[in-house]
Amino acid sequence: MLQSELNKIRDDILSISGVNPRKCMCCGKCSGTCPSYDEMEYHPHEFVHMVETGDIEALLSTKSIYKCLSCFACIERCPRQVEPAKLVEAVRMVVERQRGPQHLEAENVPEQLDDDMPQQAVVSAFRKYRK
Amino acid sequence: MQRIGVFVCHCGTNIAGTVDVKAVADALGKENGVVYSTDYTYMCSASGQQLISDAIKEKNLTGVVVCSCSPRMHEKTFRTCAERAGINPYMLEIANIREQDSWICKDMPTATEKAIALGKAAVAKVTLNTPLTAGEAPVTKRALVIGGGIAGIQTALDIAEAGFPVDIVETKPTIGGKMAQLDKTFPTLDCAACILTPRMVECGQNDNIRILSYSDVTDIKGFVGNFTVTIKRKARYVDETKCTGCGECTEKCPQKAVPNEFNLGLNNRRAIYIPFAQAVPKIATIDPNYCMKLKSGKCGVCSMVCQAKAIDYNAKDIYIEEKYGAIIAATGYNPIDLSKFDEFAYSQSKDVVSSLEFERLMNAAGPTGGALLRPSDGKPPKTIVFVQCVGSRCSADAVKGHEYCSKICCMYTAKHAILTRDHYPDTDCYVFYIDVRTPGKNFDEFYRRAVEQYGVHYIKGMVGKVTPQGDGTLDVQGSDLIMDKQVHIKADMVVLAASIEADKTARPLATMLTASMDTNDFFTEAHPKLRPVESPTAGVYLSGCCQGPKDIPDTVAQASAAAAKVIGLLVKDKLRNNPCVAESNEEMCNGCSQCENVCPYGAITYIEKDFRGPNRTTITRRVAQVNPAVCQGCGACTVTCPSGAMDLKGFTNKEIMAEVDAICR
Repeated sequence: MLQSELNKIRDDILSISGVNPRKCMCCGKCSGTCPSYDEMEYHPHEFVHMVETGDIEALLSTKSIYKCLSCFACIERCPRQVEPAKLVEAVRMVVERQRGPQHLEAENVPEQLDDDMPQQAVVSAFRKYRK
Repeated sequence: MQRIGVFVCHCGTNIAGTVDVKAVADALGKENGVVYSTDYTYMCSASGQQLISDAIKEKNLTGVVVCSCSPRMHEKTFRTCAERAGINPYMLEIANIREQDSWICKDMPTATEKAIALGKAAVAKVTLNTPLTAGEAPVTKRALVIGGGIAGIQTALDIAEAGFPVDIVETKPTIGGKMAQLDKTFPTLDCAACILTPRMVECGQNDNIRILSYSDVTDIKGFVGNFTVTIKRKARYVDETKCTGCGECTEKCPQKAVPNEFNLGLNNRRAIYIPFAQAVPKIATIDPNYCMKLKSGKCGVCSMVCQAKAIDYNAKDIYIEEKYGAIIAATGYNPIDLSKFDEFAYSQSKDVVSSLEFERLMNAAGPTGGALLRPSDGKPPKTIVFVQCVGSRCSADAVKGHEYCSKICCMYTAKHAILTRDHYPDTDCYVFYIDVRTPGKNFDEFYRRAVEQYGVHYIKGMVGKVTPQGDGTLDVQGSDLIMDKQVHIKADMVVLAASIEADKTARPLATMLTASMDTNDFFTEAHPKLRPVESPTAGVYLSGCCQGPKDIPDTVAQASAAAAKVIGLLVKDKLRNNPCVAESNEEMCNGCSQCENVCPYGAITYIEKDFRGPNRTTITRRVAQVNPAVCQGCGACTVTCPSGAMDLKGFTNKEIMAEVDAICR
């Protein structure tokens, strides 16, 4: 991706989330509190640091954005009101927007299914991503 | 007609770099009344002052305008210079063309124009100035120290040793403060009580010191050199003059379930109590919230066992009024309320304690007799986790916690870990830290000893959550940022380094003193670098943590510095007043009392006065009178007065309007 594109995406992430990553004092309380920590490749404090340093491409391709439970424990406990979960959510939104509204193909569904997934989720996914 | 001299300072390039000083001197030289105008590189230097002094004499100047830095910097310098040259110091005015002009303006034409405007305003004011003479007021040679912790104790001892009487007002039954609760002190590890209690005894024995314990300051009036303070002596229900401190009553009292505040509620005391063995004064106090005799009338055991007949159940709060020349605030600090940080389970588990509670658990006079035991089951802990920065270093918009670093936590946590590992080598200590801050003599060496010699595990990261487990342990979940992983530690105890905050009594005290505070309720110093132990309010001094977080050596240093300042005030027999005080024009005063209501110093009174009316009649009118010894020249009355009768000398309405006119011309 071009640097100019990455800069644009970084600006989008910042404006969607309203987060100022420079407020972070690198205490690690967000990652210390995260219940989904072991599932994630990049952890809440790394999201903050990577957005600040412009390491955007890695974030766009990580599965971590779908592992965040949006429990907001990191937002609740951050001593400096950095709100890492809002950044994760913003990255997720940027990725989804890039994929467009038509990205769910019926033939790709079976491989994504697992035993625990409720039927309702598949139906909702079609409503949302196949218009 | 005034003969005014104008002196424009270059301040090196501070002013001359942005302002065309020659043009300013030329323009102001053409103003009405200006007979001499010049510029010079450093007006505040000896040769600069000589220039002003010579001009005053040679040109017979009656007024002087110096265009230079803020009057906060050199007004005093130049006024003293003018006085030496033979004119009244209040005939000199400063036009601030540095802070208000050259430092904030970018281009030279604008800055020069503004400098000329400011200079013209100053010339206009000097034209109307009249000589003012300062009066004098006597100094009450006695000091009041509010707070009897180590700060108050040190200040009081130093003042007393210089020969001046001091009163210490302490809200608790004994002096000693937080230091009396500490076990050891960093980085020397000497016993806090062993070094503090001799000082407390000295206070009790010094003839110049009077300890008013179990008392609160309720009202403060007056001004530097002449404060009148009302002190509430709370009812102790024990006669201080009779009680011998034998402690018999505190052993016989049947009410045993009173949380012991000295041990932070970790054990109980009786309803009649002496806080600790070395208390000064060693006098029993009855806690009216728990005493059964006071609550229901049934009991009276203490009265029966007291040999000295000191118990008096009918005692009442007494208010006394005293006069002081200086007041020292030494109200200290408290740990932040940890129930706000319940992710650390402070209110869910007894084994999650604050650092101050940990001090009591380590202390030989504490609830466990010095054995480190878990508060929940009394078993020795095998793993202890210390969490740093709880409530410190939070952002300004955070819903809880303080923005500042509490300064002492890194060091006392290292101390706790060292002592634990020294006494119980098989107990593991983990410290979660964001940064380890150890600026101070032998401080970093001490922290390194904790790591290298005592094997304390320092983990860079913060604890996110503490969860009490069914087996009585605590699951501590936090980040290890260096290993880039989330760690879980099965701990027996968790110690929270609670942020320290200003005592709750500090804010109302500041209101009484008309002393300024910052947003964290710490007292503001008169100048952060050059006047660190004085409040901007004259006669009020600051000692210890009421001014900001600090450790014991810093507190003692500040306490002694405050004492030195107080002694410097008390040795004077008279104080020169500020002559810029309010003055009431009796002919114009309509007796409305508004000025009396707004005056923060109580300087205005109303009197009935006879005036000559038409046809030889006499009219009696109610008019305002200002006591110039009490007035501090704040000017509140002059803007409140609806009839324009109040005026402030040195800043009269006419003078200020002339300045405005000069700028608008």
